[in-house]
Amino acid sequence: MSDVILYTIIILTAIGFIAAVILYFVAQKFKVIEDPRIDEVEAALPNANCGGCGFPGCRAFAETCCKAESLDGLFCPPGGSDTMKSVASILGMEAAEKEPQVAVLRCNGSPQNRNRTNAYDGAENCTIAANLYGGDTDCTHGCLGLGECVDACGFDAMYMDPETGLPVIIEDMCTACGACVTACPKDLIELRNKGKKSKRIYVACMNTDKGGPAKKACDVACIGCSKCFKECKYDAIVMANNKAYIDFNKCVLCRACVAVCPTNAIHEINFPARKVKPVAEEKPASNNIEAKVDLIEKAKENENNTSSNEDNKE
Amino acid sequence: MSNQLLKVSLSPHVHSGNSVHKEMYGVIYAMIPALLVSFIFFGLGAVRVTLIAVASAVVFEYLIQKYLIKGSNTIVDGSAVITGILLAFNVPSNLPCWIIIIGSLVSIGVAKMSFGGLGQNPFNPALVGRVFMLISFPVQMTSWPKPSFMNFSLVDAETAATPLAIVKEGIKNGESLTDLMSQIPTWTQMFIGEMGGSMGEISAIALLLGGLYMIWKKIITWHIPVSMLGTMVLFSGALYLVSPEQFVNPLFHLLTGGALLGAIFMATDMVTSPMTKTGMLIYGIGIGFITIAIRVFGAYPEGVSFAILVMNAFVPLINTYFKPKRFGEVKKNG
Amino acid sequence: MLKTFPVGGVHPPENKFSAGKAIETLPLPKTVTIPAGQHIGAPTQVLVKKGDTVKVGQIIAKASGFVSANIHSSVSGTVAKVDEIFDSSGYRKPSIVINVEGDEWMEDIDTSDTLIKDIKLSQNDIVKKVSEMGIVGLGGATFPTHVKLSIPDGKKAEYLIINAVECEPYLTADHQLMMEKGEEIMVGVSILMKAINVSKAIIGIENNKPNAIQHLTSLAGKYQGIKVEALKVQYPQGGEKQLIKALINREVPSGGLPLDVNCVVQNVGTAFAVYEAIQKNKPLIERIVSVTGKSVSKPSNFKARIGVSADMLIEAAGGLPSDTGKVVNGGPMMGKALGRTDVPVTKGTSGILIFKEEEASRKTIQPCIRCAKCVSVCPMGLEPYLLMTVAQKGNFERVETERAMDCIECGSCSYTCPSTRPLLDYIRLGKFEVGKMIRARNQR
Repeated sequence: MSDVILYTIIILTAIGFIAAVILYFVAQKFKVIEDPRIDEVEAALPNANCGGCGFPGCRAFAETCCKAESLDGLFCPPGGSDTMKSVASILGMEAAEKEPQVAVLRCNGSPQNRNRTNAYDGAENCTIAANLYGGDTDCTHGCLGLGECVDACGFDAMYMDPETGLPVIIEDMCTACGACVTACPKDLIELRNKGKKSKRIYVACMNTDKGGPAKKACDVACIGCSKCFKECKYDAIVMANNKAYIDFNKCVLCRACVAVCPTNAIHEINFPARKVKPVAEEKPASNNIEAKVDLIEKAKENENNTSSNEDNKE
Repeated sequence: MSNQLLKVSLSPHVHSGNSVHKEMYGVIYAMIPALLVSFIFFGLGAVRVTLIAVASAVVFEYLIQKYLIKGSNTIVDGSAVITGILLAFNVPSNLPCWIIIIGSLVSIGVAKMSFGGLGQNPFNPALVGRVFMLISFPVQMTSWPKPSFMNFSLVDAETAATPLAIVKEGIKNGESLTDLMSQIPTWTQMFIGEMGGSMGEISAIALLLGGLYMIWKKIITWHIPVSMLGTMVLFSGALYLVSPEQFVNPLFHLLTGGALLGAIFMATDMVTSPMTKTGMLIYGIGIGFITIAIRVFGAYPEGVSFAILVMNAFVPLINTYFKPKRFGEVKKNG
Repeated sequence: MLKTFPVGGVHPPENKFSAGKAIETLPLPKTVTIPAGQHIGAPTQVLVKKGDTVKVGQIIAKASGFVSANIHSSVSGTVAKVDEIFDSSGYRKPSIVINVEGDEWMEDIDTSDTLIKDIKLSQNDIVKKVSEMGIVGLGGATFPTHVKLSIPDGKKAEYLIINAVECEPYLTADHQLMMEKGEEIMVGVSILMKAINVSKAIIGIENNKPNAIQHLTSLAGKYQGIKVEALKVQYPQGGEKQLIKALINREVPSGGLPLDVNCVVQNVGTAFAVYEAIQKNKPLIERIVSVTGKSVSKPSNFKARIGVSADMLIEAAGGLPSDTGKVVNGGPMMGKALGRTDVPVTKGTSGILIFKEEEASRKTIQPCIRCAKCVSVCPMGLEPYLLMTVAQKGNFERVETERAMDCIECGSCSYTCPSTRPLLDYIRLGKFEVGKMIRARNQR
């Protein structure tokens, strides 16, 4: 009996030893030599695999960073400058500063502002609808409200507002990875600099029709009247294709354009309410987006109120 | 101009009117003849098993749908009813209630809903339930009541083995095949359904009727049943020709042990069968081959359930490698 | 046994309510809106401006490139504006609006009904003239006809195939045209045969139009090389590739053109338009439009000038019923739903189809039960269920390898799906994305 046990132990040990030796040599033979810094860089990245950098996943980005001579043109949008700094320190390179950005929706065509002229009954996908026809309103440039951007968002930073039928971007969650920008077939979402204290001014309309039809289709359309263009002292506004565009690099957030816009197409975000001018009553529904964002950030807003007033006086 | 907004969608703007509901109820109608035959031969026991199986399947699906998956309710589409009836078809009519309920739970809960519900399950739910019961409760699952015409007593005291089991056991014990053939029911009895066996598998004529109805209604195509039964005939026929003393003739294989039930109702289950015509033929051939292999060389007298489940596992592979013939495919010959 | 294509296909209820209704000429409208792009290919260059007076048949927009087609004024009057106006796609497109004054035709157009049989023009002149007259495929695809007639070097056409199948349910425009203008169509076919230098022409007609088959067969005897062939009713037999397969059993290779199997396919309506262009000098300014639907009080076939609003056609057919849920430009299987009814009739409008509210809505999408019905009805041998799934997941490389680009968008898959899944919607999405990928690849 004891012989059996003994032989078993001997044979098993021998098999184990032989297998280990084989494994060792195979492992040596097929060893993949990899830059150890790739793992370090990857650990420093957010690891959301959002693709915002233009590479398929964080590992691919890390590999590219390790191979690259300099970090120019390589940027991790969700991680932002801080992440890039830590990546740079691992690799012993310099990282360029880049302003944090956030996605904004350049359409405010809620049902209150834009009449529905037909009912879409196809598959719930913006690209499908956009390829089919102009949309369920007379505005052929506006949001279709089928939520492809929300599906594309990998950070839960967007949701569809059932009241307005428009997507809402939750500023704090948005990492500016750009997935929604590519997803939108109408090119309505833009990455803009977050701005001082998250204040931003932008034209919330992409309608390139002439003023008449644009206004007829949507109450809050940019009609290309150029009033804001004339008002702006900083050359930040560009007029093209019957609509205004505010260059966020030149805009100083003076809000002069917001006041003159006849259709309230220019949105200001995270600014305190105005004191003197009765803008609020003139703006029927254009505050929808801000209102939602405001709700989410109400607490933060209250804290900042005093200091931002000072900013405005500058 | 109407006050309603015009609807806009992509073409086509008309629909055939097919629906999951219609397809499923078509299958249920097709099962009625076999169900009636089982009621006639197994009496109230069969009614009891059917009711319990269907009710428990529907209840389990509803509960899982509502409390676990929290998805849209698909009870009305009738797929759970089909699973319930098929499960009942695959068990003897004297099976205790609690075993049926456990079988139902395995069918619906494990084989169907855990994969995500209708359309997602890789294996035929009723068969998974059946095989689970067969392995867990072999005694109860293999003591079949003796069929008696129009006997409506609830408890059948007498039991009878299936023809397949008689032959299998007999050959194992070294009896000669001619002796054994005298013990089994006559061909007519087998054709009508007067033999021992699971509730739904006994009557060839009722099953064929259901099959023809489904083919007429375009619920199933001929490919799977024909290729499966054809392979069974060819394979068992070849064995029979080699040694008629050792192997049973092909007709016996066709009429017994749920071959027709499997070919018509189980293997053709839309969800778990291949998508292309070629794929369906391969799938049918595979089932036929494995069935005979199990029956003749395996430990179990019956192999249809196992054969179908094994081929279910190959369906994704079949779908990947057997594509339909594309129109205008350019032949690659340089 | 009647011929048909072998793979796939469905047979939707035909509902040809307007069959046998004589073609009525629609009265002149007050204004017409003529979109400057009514064909597949390069856009046109508008030649008129506000205030110009135009005559019927005068060229108002010029083709800009080979694959493009001239556009002529369908009325006489003054150009009110050249502006961007909603067309049937729901987008604003450059269009020419003309206020109608009188009905003054260009002098060189023969407006009489006399049949002219002699074909005087040479092969090249025919193609040139077809191009000048702005003829496009009238089956609905609106591909410029002269492009199809210009056989490139090294290719040779053997058959001219005339598509008189009208496999779309409801529509009857081609059917009625064949009944009323049979002789003209025959001359048109002869002209087309001369243009591509073939001796054999086959007119394919589905068996649900026995009177048209009989009528054309009796006429065909008088013309050299023209044969009329009855086909089994099956959708989508009007697809070019399916029709060729059904008639002469040749398979157009994937990604190829009918010319690869030595065929040229033209619609029967196009043949008539070619007759008018060559023999009567009349550009494409009118077409036959069926206005039909279950709830339409007077289903009709109209001869309408290009540019009249769809509203006017619907009005002439008894008005828009109050329970209307959907208006479709074209047939029920491949037509485009209209978001508004004030859009102009264009060269591609083969019908205006009105659906009741309850017919119009799509049903709830249910999970795929893998019944394989879509696979069995696909005339191109594709797997729609798979294409939809991979397109939905955004795996467009797979969409391409599963040959989505072969899809002819006939809609048989969506039509037959018991789970009412929007299969074709997602296949279109896949094709769109794959198209983008292919273009990007070609650029590189």
